[in-house]
Amino acid sequence: MTEVNHMPKLYWEDFQPGAVAVYGPRLVTREEVVAFAAEFDPQPMHLDEAAASATLLGGLAASGWHSCCLLMRMIADGYLLDAASMGSPGLEEVRWLKPLRPGTHIRVRSTVLESRASKSRSDMGLVKLKSELVDEADAVLTTFIATQMLRRRQPGTQS
Amino acid sequence: MKFFEDIKVGEVYALGRHTFGADEIKAFARRFDPQPFHLDERAAEESHFGALCASGWHTAVTWMRLMVEFRRRAIEEARARGEQVAGVGPALGFRELKWLKPVYVGDTIEYRSEVIETCRSNSRPGFGLMTIRASGVNQNGEPVISFISTTLVERRSATP
Repeated sequence: MTEVNHMPKLYWEDFQPGAVAVYGPRLVTREEVVAFAAEFDPQPMHLDEAAASATLLGGLAASGWHSCCLLMRMIADGYLLDAASMGSPGLEEVRWLKPLRPGTHIRVRSTVLESRASKSRSDMGLVKLKSELVDEADAVLTTFIATQMLRRRQPGTQS
Repeated sequence: MKFFEDIKVGEVYALGRHTFGADEIKAFARRFDPQPFHLDERAAEESHFGALCASGWHTAVTWMRLMVEFRRRAIEEARARGEQVAGVGPALGFRELKWLKPVYVGDTIEYRSEVIETCRSNSRPGFGLMTIRASGVNQNGEPVISFISTTLVERRSATP
């Protein structure tokens, strides 16, 4: 159980464009790949080796949505639970470039692309981040461009 | 699933609805998105959301589950009519995902997919690319999620 964080360490001002951070590694097991698929994306290519080998994926691979959820969890553990998160309005794009196979040790590499103050809320800023899910050989499996809303340390002042 | 040639721009697939309960919202958040406003009622009340709400990823993957179930029903119906069924490849990703409103405990979201574009795949001649706009609307008629997704769909001419 994660503790409720009343004293965030990171605010909007702490995310400067160009900053890069790496989170992980984390092993993705066959059991969790199949369990996620059974619950949320029950297509044969995510559930069963024999069926998966006959598809374009050429073998068992995690649901792309599972990759997104793993990325979310690694970002949460990596920095978001220490930050004054106000949620996310959405993502510009997600690309599933290569299959995520069971047994892979994944890492996440996040780069701050842009930062801007909210026009509607003086206590909030927005940060655009590119996150890449990479394997042991640093091959990029999934890319992710998302906007994160964060509370400002000093509401209404210029950064 | 229909073959690529039979899919028309403007077709709408009504996928069904899902009501988000507190227990499943927290269980999902514990696994994938353990931010306080998705885990704990009191912390959520103190947040700008004002009440416990589902992770946006929970709202999104529920669309996926309903889409897969919808396809499965369509495949069973086609096979019952003695028709051939097209293969559906993996999706390439998605874009313009918007979480437009929070999904609170007890909200019922109605999901649909609308075909907005079809084109041939240059790299995979046996397949076409189907682009859909996925969306979910709550019980008050307010959109809560929207995104655009492109998937490979088998062409009729590709089957023997």
